[in-house]
Amino acid sequence: MGQTATVDEVSSTRGRVARMKAVTFIQRQGALVALVLVCIFAAYRYERFLTEVNLSNVLRQNSMLGLVALGMTFVILTGGIDLSVGSLVAVAGVIAALLASRGTLFAIVAAVGFTALLGLANGLIIAKARIQPFIATLAMMIAARGLALVYTGEQSVKAETASGNFSTLGRGAIGFLPVPVLILIVAYVIGWLVLNHTRFGRHVYAVGDNEEAARLMGLNVNRVTIGVYTLSGVLAGMAGVILSSRLGTGQPVAGTGWELDAIAAVVVGGTLLTGGQGGVGSTLVGVLLLGVIFNLFNLEGTISPWWQLVLRGLILLIVVIIQNRLSARK
Amino acid sequence: MENTATVRPALQSRNLRSRLVNLGPTYGALLALILLIVANAFFTPNFATISNFWNVLQLVSTTVLVAEGMTMVIAARGIDLSVGSVMAIASATAAVSLGRGVGVAVVLALVIACGVGALNGLLISGFRIQPIIVTLATLITGRGVAQVISNGGQLIPFSNPAFEYLGKGFVGPIPIQVVIMLVAVVAGIFMMRETSFGRYIVAVGGNEAAARLAGVRVHRTKIAVYALSGVLAGLAGLIETARLGASDAQKVGLYIELDAIAAVVVGGTPLTGGRATIVGTLTGALIMQIITTSFNMGPFGLPPLPYSWGLVFKAAIILLAVYIQRPKVA
Repeated sequence: MGQTATVDEVSSTRGRVARMKAVTFIQRQGALVALVLVCIFAAYRYERFLTEVNLSNVLRQNSMLGLVALGMTFVILTGGIDLSVGSLVAVAGVIAALLASRGTLFAIVAAVGFTALLGLANGLIIAKARIQPFIATLAMMIAARGLALVYTGEQSVKAETASGNFSTLGRGAIGFLPVPVLILIVAYVIGWLVLNHTRFGRHVYAVGDNEEAARLMGLNVNRVTIGVYTLSGVLAGMAGVILSSRLGTGQPVAGTGWELDAIAAVVVGGTLLTGGQGGVGSTLVGVLLLGVIFNLFNLEGTISPWWQLVLRGLILLIVVIIQNRLSARK
Repeated sequence: MENTATVRPALQSRNLRSRLVNLGPTYGALLALILLIVANAFFTPNFATISNFWNVLQLVSTTVLVAEGMTMVIAARGIDLSVGSVMAIASATAAVSLGRGVGVAVVLALVIACGVGALNGLLISGFRIQPIIVTLATLITGRGVAQVISNGGQLIPFSNPAFEYLGKGFVGPIPIQVVIMLVAVVAGIFMMRETSFGRYIVAVGGNEAAARLAGVRVHRTKIAVYALSGVLAGLAGLIETARLGASDAQKVGLYIELDAIAAVVVGGTPLTGGRATIVGTLTGALIMQIITTSFNMGPFGLPPLPYSWGLVFKAAIILLAVYIQRPKVA
């Protein structure tokens, strides 16, 4: 009797695991399937969609949000949230523009280094002072925006480049590949490796799945928390530098609302806000799906900006409802 | 705001200490507000004047209305990011329907605002999607809808003394929006303390499963609380529109969700739900408004500081307030 029960249990557990795997697969592939369908539709309807110019533009425009969303993915996987990324984009952009005349590398290191510190501050406040991520990063969002405005006297600053290669970062291309897209690809490859093939990555999932259990297993939860917020700061900073380079100016009001776009991209990709489930690949799909849809609006040309807002909100809602139905089916 | 310290004669000395420790969480925000007012009254020229008193209250009134609804939503363990867009929808609706009479315009605007809120609640409760995602989607969609209503986000000026009374009128010496704010605050406090609906909200936020087992209609309570948040945001939108004498669907209520959330958490309502203090929220909103106003006037005898310094200071206040109010473990 006992023997059979165990066998049943094992087989039912196996079945459940298989089903869970299938659900995760569908969730992840769901966004991918949508992306492929949208692309096919676009290629069929608009001749201009599949041109090199259009595609590289879509990628270039979304590369910065892609970087921000990558950092957000790590944060959300731990069950946290980072509302400060938009302001960090502005801070990094301003610093990079101000320092561009002293060499591109110096500007990048200074800007990204500073936003890394702000991200570190987020992590420390959350981990050590035990303030909820939502509130801690909301405060950082307000403070960092204030810093960017104070530092520039509420004006845009022009990027005075000495050698001229600062603008390459945002506008240049290597072969057919725009430099920001190259950075994006490198960042996602590293992000994927870190998340799936390092101890830190495993710990990110463990903390997001069950923080208490992770703590009891002896994981240094604080270190993971501080790590993901610092990483988010680094990536938001990089996005800010690229934006500044593209525009040729550092704008203290840049990046406003990006935190919400990034969260939307992460969620549309299929990463759960509750933490522990998802990955960097799905976020890239989420970013591209929203980016291509936005591109369709532009190619169509007759959809006014306000109807675009309505459609964007509805699409977000529909995607989330569908995912929810799929995951509820277990 | 209830004193959580328990009094036991045998432990007098320890109790005094624990009561002092508990003073932070319970009266911290109120203490900070009083300090801020006294310091400004002494050192900031023209701060302690009747006109500035009404000015501060007038400016804070819309934030307080929105934050009151937010307090209830957060007490029910939710969050409502869509309030700013709901303000814009109410504003646009009223502006385009003023021709049919003020009563019709106001009622129509409030009904639609209530509907958007109820829709939030329905999606959150019915589809079991996280509040932050649902209300993010309605934030995006709502801003678009408001612009569609106002014929493409045009500025709609109007001249309608009866409607403008909502934002420019006085009751005796008191500006009308201050009267509305006070009535809403008193009604809110009464509702949370004395009605079963108020207790249901806190019960649902404290422990949803327990509330369900105790016979609370969780589904209905959630829908109602978001609908109420919608109505209050709609009212704030109407006041703002009447004060400006025009409807600007692109700008009305932009980012007010952040101010409202900040006021709520500074006031002492935890984001984890199960507790609400509307007096605290009023206090929190006043703290934020007085910082802004005094920074504009030149705080403590300093020259007027730019808005951006106020942001940094506000962020520090948020963190400090939340840190002090952390529940102490005995």
